[in-house]
Parts: sequence; C-alpha cells; structure tokens
Amino acid sequence: MATTTGLSVAVALGLSACAGWGGGGIGGGGPNSINVLMVNNPQMVDLQKLTAEHFTKETGISVNFTVLPENDVRDKISQEFTSQSGQYDIASLSNFEIPIYAKAGWVAPMDGFIAKDTGFDQADILKPMTTSLSSEGKIYGEPFYGESSFLMYRKDVLESKGLTMPAHPTWQQVADIAAKVDGAKPGMAGICLRGQPGWGQLFAPLTTVVNTFGGTWFEKDWTPKVNAPEFTEATSFYVDLVRKHGEKGAPQAGFTECLNNLAQGNVAMWYDATSAAGSLEAQDSPVKGKLGYVAAPVVKTKSSGWLYAWAWSIQQASTKKDNAWKFISWASGKDYEKLVGQELGWSKVPAGKRASTYENPDYLKVAQSFAVPTKEAIESADPENPGVQPRPAIGIQFVDIPEFPSLGTQVSQDVSAAIAGKTSVKDALDKGQQLADDVAQRYQERGQ
Amino acid sequence: MSTTTRQDTGVAPGGEQRARSGAVTHAKPPRSGMLLSLLAWVVGLLFALPVFWMVLTSFHSEADAATNPPSVFAPLSLEGYRTFFGSDPWPALLNSLTASVLSTVLVLVLAFPAAYALSIRPVRKWTDVMFFFLSTKMLPVVAGILPLYLFAQKAHLLDNIWWLILLYTTMNLPIAVWMLRSFLAEVSVEMLEAAEVDGASLSRTLREIVAPVVMPGIASAALICFIFSWNELLLARVLTSTVAATSPVYLTGFVTSQGLFLAKVCAASLVVSLPVLAAGFAAQDKLVQGLSMGAVK
Repeated sequence: MATTTGLSVAVALGLSACAGWGGGGIGGGGPNSINVLMVNNPQMVDLQKLTAEHFTKETGISVNFTVLPENDVRDKISQEFTSQSGQYDIASLSNFEIPIYAKAGWVAPMDGFIAKDTGFDQADILKPMTTSLSSEGKIYGEPFYGESSFLMYRKDVLESKGLTMPAHPTWQQVADIAAKVDGAKPGMAGICLRGQPGWGQLFAPLTTVVNTFGGTWFEKDWTPKVNAPEFTEATSFYVDLVRKHGEKGAPQAGFTECLNNLAQGNVAMWYDATSAAGSLEAQDSPVKGKLGYVAAPVVKTKSSGWLYAWAWSIQQASTKKDNAWKFISWASGKDYEKLVGQELGWSKVPAGKRASTYENPDYLKVAQSFAVPTKEAIESADPENPGVQPRPAIGIQFVDIPEFPSLGTQVSQDVSAAIAGKTSVKDALDKGQQLADDVAQRYQERGQ
Repeated sequence: MSTTTRQDTGVAPGGEQRARSGAVTHAKPPRSGMLLSLLAWVVGLLFALPVFWMVLTSFHSEADAATNPPSVFAPLSLEGYRTFFGSDPWPALLNSLTASVLSTVLVLVLAFPAAYALSIRPVRKWTDVMFFFLSTKMLPVVAGILPLYLFAQKAHLLDNIWWLILLYTTMNLPIAVWMLRSFLAEVSVEMLEAAEVDGASLSRTLREIVAPVVMPGIASAALICFIFSWNELLLARVLTSTVAATSPVYLTGFVTSQGLFLAKVCAASLVVSLPVLAAGFAAQDKLVQGLSMGAVK
C-alpha cells in the first residue's frame, strides 16, 4: 500500500508541478495570449488550424480556444458575459445576441479599433451585416461568416415538367410549382420546409413567411399580433403547403433533414439558409450542378430573406482588448479569406460578409451558381424593417429580445403539432398570443 | 423423467423420496442453468453492445459512421483517431489526471481517519455523523453551481485546477467515508486487542493489522472516487475555460451542429475511457474482494 500511495503522490506532485501551484492548469496562458470561446462549426475549426502558423507567428499573440457545440456555447457565453468574469477576451456571438449584449454593456464597442485599423476596411462588410451587429450607432461585432435564405430547386425536375422558376417568385407561385412537381420522381415531395420545433428551426423560415404576408410578432408599441389575420394566414399557408406537398416526417425535419432530403432527391425544392448551397454544390454531392437558386419567395414585401451571422465580440471585462481586436481584424479580414482559399480550398472560405469576396474570381469559380444569389439575398435583407409595419426590435427571423427563444420555441411546438395534424393553426396561435402577451406586458410596462 | 429415474435406480422405498429429489435436482440444473447462462450472456451483450458499437464506429470514416441504416462492414479507418490526436488533447487529459489523482489521494487521506473514528473506535452519535455525511450528497450539484461559480469568480479561482481538485474531494469524501467505514467494520476487535496487548503503536496497528485487511476496500473506494472525478462534466464545464478544462469538457467540443462528428467523438470517447479501464483492470483483484467484502458477512 505504501508503495502505491507513494507512487500516486509522486505522480500527482509531478502533475501539479506541470499545473503550477498558482497557475490553474496544464493549458497555455500568459500576458501575450488571448482566450477565445467559439462555436464548433467547420469554419471555426479551420480557423483554429490556421491560427498558430499564421496569426501567432506574425503577431506573437498566442490564442487559446475553447470550442463547444452551439447550444453549449450559448450557455457558456451567457454565463461568462452576464457575470463579466473576463475569462474570455473574445466570443463568437450571433446577430441575435449582439444587440442584446450591447444594450446590457457586456460587449465592448469596436468603433475606436475600426477607425485606427484602415486595413480592415469596414466599408467592405455588407451593410445589413454591420446593421445587425450594431446597437445605437456603434458596432459591437464583426462577422466571421454570414447567411441569408433563398429558394433552392431542382432545375432538371422543373424542366421535365415544363415549368420555369421566376427569379423573384411569390409564395403562391412556389406552392403551385410544389403541387406540380410533387411525385415527379418516385418518392419525391414538392418542397422541404422545416417543421422541427425551435425558435431557430421552424420559426426561422416561418417568421420570414409571416413578415412577407404582412404579419408580425409585435407591433411598434409591443402589441402582440400572433393570432392576427396576417400571422394566421401565413402560418396556415406554410402548414398547408408542408402537409400537402412537403417532405416525409415534416414535424421532425430541421435544417439537416432538409439538406439530406434535397441531396438525396427526396424533394424538388427547399427554402432555407444560403449556407446550405456550399454542401449541395460540393464535389461529392449527388445534386451538384442540378440546382437553381432564386430569391426568397414574397407576398407583400419586396424581399423576405433572413439574416444570420456568426460574429466576434470582445467582452467588456477583457483586459486585452487591443490584442483581441488584432485577432478579430485578422480572422474577419480579407487576407484570411485568401489564406483559407489557398490553404484549404475556396469552397471553405467563410463567406457572406464582405463585398470583395464576391469579386474574387477564384471564389466565384467554385461558387458560381450560388454566389450572386447569396450576395443579393444578404444585401436585400433589412433587419430593421423586415415587414410591412414598424417593429419594436431589430431582427428578421427573430425578435431581438432575450425572451424570444423561449416564446418562439413554445409557439413552434404547437405549430409543429399542427403540421403533424394534432392541433389546428388557430388553436396554436391563440395559445401563442397569450404567451406573447405576457412578454409584451413587460415591455409595455417599462415603456420601451 | 423422474419416473424413469425411479425405475432405473430401483432404490428401497425409504430412499425413494431422496432419489426422486436427487433425480430432479440433477435433471433441472442443466436446463435452468443453461437458461440462466443464456440470459446472462444476453444481458451482458446488451450492456456491452454500446461499447462495441462505439469501438466499431471509432474505426469508420465520418461518412460511414453517419449512414442510416448503419454500415457495419464499412472499411476501417483511423481518421477519427488522427483528428483527435491532431487536436492536441494532452492538456485536457493531464488536467483530468491531475484533478482525479490528487482529489482521490486527498479523499483517502481524509476519509480513512474519519472512517476509523466511525467504526473501530466509534465516536458518540456516530450514526448521526454518518447521516450528516450522506446528507451532503442530497443536494443536486446543479443547485450549488451558482454560489460555487460566484465564489470562484470573487476568489479568482475560475479556470483553476485546484478549485476542481477541492470540489472533487468534497464531492467524493462522503462516499469514501461510507465505503471505508463498512470495510473497517470487518476488522475484528480481537485482532486489534491482540496487537494492543503485544504493545503495537496505533500507527503500526493501522499499517500492519488494519491496512492489509481493508486494502481491497481502499482500492475499490479509490477507484470509485477516481472514476467519479475523471468523468465529472458539469462542474468542469462551468468552472473552467481554456487552461484547466478537463477531458470530458474537451470531448464535448467534437460535437457540431454543422457537419459529421460521430467517428471522431467515438474515437475521442474511447481514448478518454482508457485510463479508467486501465485503473479498473489494475485494481481488478482487489476490487472484487472489496466489493464482495460486505456481502459475505
């Protein structure tokens, strides 16, 4: 026993020597290093691979990454930023969180850094991106990559039925085409639309449909409009379309399921994120070259595509803001896109944020079919006025308030049940109106 | 069948009942024994199946790992392991090892005297003390996470491995006290009295009389504490970031909502499970003795 315990103690002390008694752990640290908390998406993993060899070599700043899945990273960021513990200098935040965090004073404004760093070229960042990452005229986030939404369709299937897809289709036209191509090939449905509950799943596309039908979650004075005729009409249209001509298992279908459905020839059309095009046009994709891309379908608005970005923000409590900006300037810069193109391939470029990306012939060569529709979709997105009426908060496919994830997810569960045929749209939205009313009262009382 | 046996054996009436029952006990055990063995195998396989599946998936490419229905006979690949080892997992693994080994040593150092005072020379109201130890496990960890986080923030202990070591020690201490107390209760009072009569000091009694008897118990308590510390995720995820993150936190980083990840998560999980498996195998003999100690009494 003495030997075993002695050995354990020796091992432990040896390890603790590595850890450093006051130090905290085995990993890196030090004055010339920064800590970055980010989501585990492929573009971020590429960034992690390239950082030491390029950024650290050039600047001498070492970067310690913590990479977590999307839901976990949101929890961790929320815990970290609300407490302002200063453990992380930078975090990957979306355009949903940034305006909320900016109002709370949890993220640092970047205007001072941007003004000094002329090489960064803020004017090259697509305007809707800058708008959605700003609050009260100040920029709080720089996009790493961005997306909008558009309609993807099988050109060969539509051709075989003698159909043409308009460049700017209306939802009625899309519904008519879906009816005609439904069953065009064995087992092929007309269209794939998300039915999986979740504010970021079902309600991402559905809120854009509501916007263009003239509906809204809240009016400017926070009057909830969830069971208003326009919201109901849009939701009924969406539910009817997916029930009649949509994919199998629609109540459980999210982004991934629809991506697989279109790639495997189970659907002829799909309305979803522009970022899906990269996978669909990849070398090993069975539908490469067979797809057409047109603007998000509309009814009463000129455009209806959403806007989403993963962006970098600096924690207000960070003591290394200068170094943090150097990293952001490098990761969201033009040269980084070139570096990815040259080192990892142009299809892996974190696109959707800079106008110059869409002028790069190397990028356009691989993204020929979807680059222009993507850029147009992002540029036409208006996060401040996405519908027909003024809004109390910024956001296209969401309402940018902390309560929205809970509200959106609860209502989406009932709408998903309506897609499954277990409840009616009216009942789902009447319940949603009550939930929205609770949220609205808080804002009305505060006079915001 | 029993009739045949009776006829064949042709025993005297007095022994008939014994013979019949003997025949029955001979005939039944093989059948029920086989059924029980079969059941044990089925249950065993059911338990082992997820592990086999994890091992198999870890040797597939990401594309083959994600197919539905699963491609069991897909070509084998080391892609998952290359990704895992290429991502520099060593700091996280060393952090886990530091936290687990040090907290286990601390737990044993503190739990042994406590267990001694609760069994061999029981203090007054020792049952209340035992209940107090147990009651500290009644509060779910998640209920205490906010004060632990806020305290660590104020004391500058966030992302510090020593904070985790302290928490893992307190987390495992009640379990170790309970386990060691039951093992120490096995030591016969006569042996201790004999040692005392022979003039052995307390430390010599502990070393030469008590320790050999309860060694299997100490081994199993140590292993349990090591496993609990090694696998702990909640505290590590909330209280560490870039420097002191442990391997369970590192593991979750392989999951992504955009892209395939099953093969590399399985490879990473397998590698992270190896130290626990190794510790289990190393302590196997002692562990079996330790776990069955209370049962045979």
